[in-house]
Amino acid sequence: MNRHLISAGDLSKDDALLILDTAEELARVSERSIKKLPTLRGRTVVNLFFEDSTRTRISFEAAAKRLSADVINFSAKGSSVSKGESLKDTALTLEAMGADAVVIRHGSSGAPHRLANWVHGSVVNAGDGTHEHPTQALLDAFSMRRRLGALDGRKVTIVGDVLHSRVARSNVLLLHTLGAEVTLVAPPTLLPVSVHTWPCEVSYDLDTVLAKSDVVMMLRVQKERMNAAYFPSEREYSRRYGLDRARFAKMPDDAIVMHPGPMNRGMEIAAEVADSSRSTIVEQVANGVTIRMAVLYLLLGGETA
Amino acid sequence: MSESRAVLEGPDIHRALTRIAHEILERTKGADEVVLLGIPTRGAPLARRLGDRIEEFEGVKIPVGSIDITMYRDDLRLKPARPLGRTELPADGIDGKIVVLVDDVLYSGRTVRAALDALNDLGRPTAVQLATLVDRGHRELPIRADYVGKNLPTAKSEKVRVFLRETDGRDAVILMKGGAE
Amino acid sequence: MIIRNVRILGGEPADIRIQDGLIAEIGPALQGDGDVVDGGGVIALPGLVDLHTHLREPGREDAETVRTGTQSAARGGYTAVHAMANTSPVADTAGVVEQVWRLGREFAHCDVQPVGAVTVGLDGRQLAELGAMADSAAGVRVFSDDGKCVSDAVLMRRALEYVKAFDGVIAQHAQEPRLTEGAQMNEGVISGRLGLTGWPAVAEEAIIARDCLLAAHVGSRLHVCHVSTAGSVEILRWAKSHGWNITAEVTPHHLLLTDDLVEESPAGAYNPIYKVNPPLRTRADVAALRAALADGTIDVVATDHAPHPVEDKETEWSAAAMGMIGLETALSVVQEAMVDTGLLDWAAVADRMSAAPARIGRLSGHGRPLEAGAPANLTLYDPAPRTEVDPSAFASKSRNTPYAGMTLPGRVVATFLRGKPTVLEGKLV
Repeated sequence: MNRHLISAGDLSKDDALLILDTAEELARVSERSIKKLPTLRGRTVVNLFFEDSTRTRISFEAAAKRLSADVINFSAKGSSVSKGESLKDTALTLEAMGADAVVIRHGSSGAPHRLANWVHGSVVNAGDGTHEHPTQALLDAFSMRRRLGALDGRKVTIVGDVLHSRVARSNVLLLHTLGAEVTLVAPPTLLPVSVHTWPCEVSYDLDTVLAKSDVVMMLRVQKERMNAAYFPSEREYSRRYGLDRARFAKMPDDAIVMHPGPMNRGMEIAAEVADSSRSTIVEQVANGVTIRMAVLYLLLGGETA
Repeated sequence: MSESRAVLEGPDIHRALTRIAHEILERTKGADEVVLLGIPTRGAPLARRLGDRIEEFEGVKIPVGSIDITMYRDDLRLKPARPLGRTELPADGIDGKIVVLVDDVLYSGRTVRAALDALNDLGRPTAVQLATLVDRGHRELPIRADYVGKNLPTAKSEKVRVFLRETDGRDAVILMKGGAE
Repeated sequence: MIIRNVRILGGEPADIRIQDGLIAEIGPALQGDGDVVDGGGVIALPGLVDLHTHLREPGREDAETVRTGTQSAARGGYTAVHAMANTSPVADTAGVVEQVWRLGREFAHCDVQPVGAVTVGLDGRQLAELGAMADSAAGVRVFSDDGKCVSDAVLMRRALEYVKAFDGVIAQHAQEPRLTEGAQMNEGVISGRLGLTGWPAVAEEAIIARDCLLAAHVGSRLHVCHVSTAGSVEILRWAKSHGWNITAEVTPHHLLLTDDLVEESPAGAYNPIYKVNPPLRTRADVAALRAALADGTIDVVATDHAPHPVEDKETEWSAAAMGMIGLETALSVVQEAMVDTGLLDWAAVADRMSAAPARIGRLSGHGRPLEAGAPANLTLYDPAPRTEVDPSAFASKSRNTPYAGMTLPGRVVATFLRGKPTVLEGKLV
């Protein structure tokens, strides 16, 4: 495996399976009464969050603490960063603290790549701009595999704002690596113009792909997209691309529903669908801690490069 | 290439496990409270074989599981991160039981030390014992085995490799003469 | 002074005798007094003229000054540069353009011809006092809001019409603003993968098409800055086929580099050293731009030399400044992209980098053929050596070159401004 986890595209199939298999073993740790392992004792993990994302930060924090790493939370808000300190100066500060890994969430695509030039430790991308969110894709794949078994040949449909979605980018890359067949469904305005070069199928019509899907993943629709004329109204979006009860009924009986959260209930997903037993939305959260433990262990648990 | 020879063949391994099974029964007075925990990779099938043997002799099925010690190792930083083995505890757990740890080769004792730490996070047995197919000496910690299949004097430069049907397709213990180590 | 043994436009070896700032005589084995410079058989070109330079003074003297920028130009073989108007304060009054012009005269590394802003404060609302700038000591003829597009069609029409009174030209930075809100790089395969907001080709092409039609309608001169797409080339070819008075430039970097570099380069992914406006495009665009420069559809190579201090580039992509420096590498890049590929000979290079830009900028003292009686503005260039680009050797105050570590051909040996050397043996005089 690479020293960093910045893009899901950097993972070979063997790398990805190793992470998923490691997470499978670590999931058992989460079930026992003592959830802590001594593995990363003396290692320092910095959570460097330039965007608010309590869910992701807590997930990484829990993962690092369960492996006995020291965790430093560095939130950009109210710190020198919001006073104009550059990413590079922040990186050098972290370097001086002896960070073994930096988990970075940043609003600018590519910020983790830049950070990796300036720190010696491992860089873990916890979401960069509209680029990628590889641990989310890993936990999604992990959740799918726990429900459905191996992903080879499985049909995964990802619905929503692909253009601005780091979750979609990472999922397309990872699921393709794992042998799944991905179909993206979105209004044409919310797909990159170059989407035909991605390793997946594309459709504008949700109803025709539902019946053939093993997994339907709904992406969050940001309210600000509406003002930028990506679609005419929430109501029209919901009618054409929302997963309501009627559409849910068209899915195969054993197909599952996923959502990376946070959800707009009633917009891209109906409440009954989100809460159904075929929805993995709650277990996705628990699986998040497990998969991040696996990533931190595999990046930091061995010799340092 | 270094020369190598088989120090135990299939039938020898069979006999050694039979003897260990009898000793466990004797030492634990019928193995009523015994839980066998194999240390992956090859300790796990050895533990299952011991369990089967005890069942043959006494007609009782004793709980068998596995305990992965990777996350507790003290030499993690010497090698790239390793894949994890399986930890599988019997349904009744290990509290109040006599845990017999099963491994293929006892050498420095560091693996057993890690297993003891791992056990500590999993429950509180009344006693912990250790069974090993081969004891090759050169202990670096104050640890000894309660049950030994074969004591094998070795030089530090030699390597001992255990092959088992379940993991390697055949049963044998091979001693390899001094490589670089 | 006599310059011995140079090949004029790459032709047969000859000597050049210079007297009183003019070329006195060209021929074999010339006799005369004064200094002798041995050319050693290198190529002699008319002094290069840049139609598009950012000198940053006044306002951003941390990035470049008139002094360092013109030193950089001299090292690149330039004897005149057009200084863009997006300084602080903006060059939108006679006062500012005269200040820049005087600074250029004072340092005398090369002539500085200020470009005037089209609109007050580059704001795109109200025409700047174009006539006052034209009548000033700086004698401004080129007007541009470069960095921003004159996107209002009515304002653009008025500007095109107005400058006819003093033979001016509007140099348009063609970028439809709504189509490029938040744009970070060329919209295409790479931007989709990298999750960077796309700068679509159509945002350039739509403005160029509109402006060509406007220029034709009002019978004005239009110059299109830094053309970057194959589609723009097609539109320009069509417009020129009507005989309309339209010229266009391409930058060296758009002739050599592509948007793949944003994803994969020795400098690492997302390295803002490749962030530039207009953005680096695709291989197909590069090929079209080279062909257009070769056939004359694009008239000029202009550097768009855009210095930025280190801290504006050593940052995450979206926060980084757009632009690259280019004066000291322009001729080498043109040799690599156009001459060594057989697309241009040295006479054509002299046209695209000296004669044509001087003609568009109405600089009568520059871009003249190398012949007796012409001002002795000369560049001696040795195309033979291939060397690694070393930014620390640059005269520019900034280091934001995309070519660092790249091996490029050629070396400017000497530059002469009206007979006086500004560079000798590759070093500033």
